[in-house]
Amino acid sequence: MTCSLDIFFLEAVLNGILLAGLLALLSLGLNLVFGVVDVVWICYAELVMIGMYAIFFAYSTLDLPLPLAMLIGITFTALLGVALHMIVIRPLLDAAPINQLLATGGVLFLLQAAATLAFGIEFRNIGVHLGSASLGDMFFSWGRIITFSVALATMLGLRYFLRHSYLGLAILALSQDRHVMPLMGADSRRLYAATSALGGGLAGLGAALMVLQFDIYPQIGLQFGPLIFMVCVLGGLGNMLGGFVAALVIAQFITIGSSCFATEWGYAIAFLFFILMMFIRPQGLLGARS
Amino acid sequence: MKLNPAYAVGLAALVALPFAIRAVFPGSEKYYLHIVIQMLLWAQIYTGWALMGRFGLTSLGHGAFTGIGAYVTVMLWNFAGLTPLIGIPVAIVVAVALALLIGYPSFLQRIRGHYFALLTLAMVEFVRLCIVGLRDFTGGSLGTQPARYGDGISFYAVQFEADRMIAYFVALAVWLAGILVWVRVDRSMDRFALEALGQDEEAAAAVGINVTREKLKITALSAAMCAFGGAIFAQYQMYIGPDTIAGFGVSLNIVFGAVAGGIGVMLGPTIGALFTQLLSEGLRMFFQGSVTLNAMFGSRVLSLDTLIYGVLLVLFIIHMPRGIVGTAMEYWRKHKRGS
Repeated sequence: MTCSLDIFFLEAVLNGILLAGLLALLSLGLNLVFGVVDVVWICYAELVMIGMYAIFFAYSTLDLPLPLAMLIGITFTALLGVALHMIVIRPLLDAAPINQLLATGGVLFLLQAAATLAFGIEFRNIGVHLGSASLGDMFFSWGRIITFSVALATMLGLRYFLRHSYLGLAILALSQDRHVMPLMGADSRRLYAATSALGGGLAGLGAALMVLQFDIYPQIGLQFGPLIFMVCVLGGLGNMLGGFVAALVIAQFITIGSSCFATEWGYAIAFLFFILMMFIRPQGLLGARS
Repeated sequence: MKLNPAYAVGLAALVALPFAIRAVFPGSEKYYLHIVIQMLLWAQIYTGWALMGRFGLTSLGHGAFTGIGAYVTVMLWNFAGLTPLIGIPVAIVVAVALALLIGYPSFLQRIRGHYFALLTLAMVEFVRLCIVGLRDFTGGSLGTQPARYGDGISFYAVQFEADRMIAYFVALAVWLAGILVWVRVDRSMDRFALEALGQDEEAAAAVGINVTREKLKITALSAAMCAFGGAIFAQYQMYIGPDTIAGFGVSLNIVFGAVAGGIGVMLGPTIGALFTQLLSEGLRMFFQGSVTLNAMFGSRVLSLDTLIYGVLLVLFIIHMPRGIVGTAMEYWRKHKRGS
């Protein structure tokens, strides 16, 4: 395939913006947890994968209506987020950061194996096809359009929650100073658990949108995980607006690269860009230099 | 270097081991030798990772170096007819070049901790995607094989897979070389410099340690060892695939194997390799043999060992962050002082 400024190129650009919505949404939960608890959940994409399987199970096996199935998936990953925090992160809160990261890496193996054990390695699909919208000669799948809208709404909603609710303000304050806030009477243990639930729930929301577009298989986390981390770090870990901008940039590299060359090269260029940006702006695109 | 008598005995035992296996398991010696060979090869790679990992340079990207070692060697052999005797050094040079290219700017920019881990994660993904993208040569995600030379035993082609006895001694030599590198580093001045900067970079720089230079040296050495290990592993397996020798999953296995054994002591990574291989083989045999479990899960029972592996890793990091050997040594030291 060649690269020229035609209608396909425009379609790729617009599809890139839609893909950015998904990446931004997926990075939101990870960013929140990192910003507040100061831990990188390396198994975050596996939480999304488990959420996808939960929705698949509720919808296809239990025959529940799709919205209810999605709600179950979101609740399940939220609980999983709390469990992850209580069982794995809490004993390691004072350990070296890298040990926290490695422990969640163990959880990555665990979740992948659990999913394989329960569902096998076959590709699963909930079989819901939303079709696509046409605009001139260009086609955009409704799944992607919905995903983008939900991502935007979630980002604004989370921002509102953090700025205007009691719990949100407490979480925000804790993220700004995790040593002084407990002295002010905030229960950091509860706030961490609440943040983890929120982070897990956001992973579930990402899963609910991903089942509309992608097949489900145990390894899908390894496909998406590195991308999500890249978006978070590029935006500045803990910086949610930065995450959105980074998602837009990364998604453009992927879609334009994929439409000009082959899919892998789109991703490879995105990773290369990320590495170069780390050297130029290690604090992230929108981060302030400390 | 003076040889501690305990080490001499251990080494003699390792030399005698394949003959003992042959004597005890005449029917299935190939299988047991295969497990031991894999253990030794991974032990060398884990040791290479721990070389820098023990100083707080936690890389999640060493799968890139093993991948480059394997792929460059095999590509040069398959498409240019270049013997691995030259191909492996070339592959090592390429891996070291990548390590320096990533290491120099990140050390200059003081990228550490999480950020360094995630940066190296991007590096390994980049390398894996390049391997998959060059599918006309590499076979893409299905992987490829080095072209077999003659009857599969050749010094010129560095192929030794057909004879497990030879393969064992090759693996033993490779592992021993890795241990010797570790000992060299352990006894050098660089080790003290690295230990100092691992605790506090600014303070280390203040007493005159060239932080960037020391980090680069150990990173290059570590990358070279892993590239060498990856190349030999490919020559032994006679198969290379992006997920078996190059991906993020490989990186994680390297890190966990080393951490489980203990990254601060010479034999830690080796014990880690022994532990992980025995665990996965043992669990696999146990689960395959279990009728009830097979009835419950069918062929999916194979993922049970990964499940237990994951649980153990979490437990290790929470309760034994120094790994098996580190914890054992600590216990022994306390015990001796107490009595």
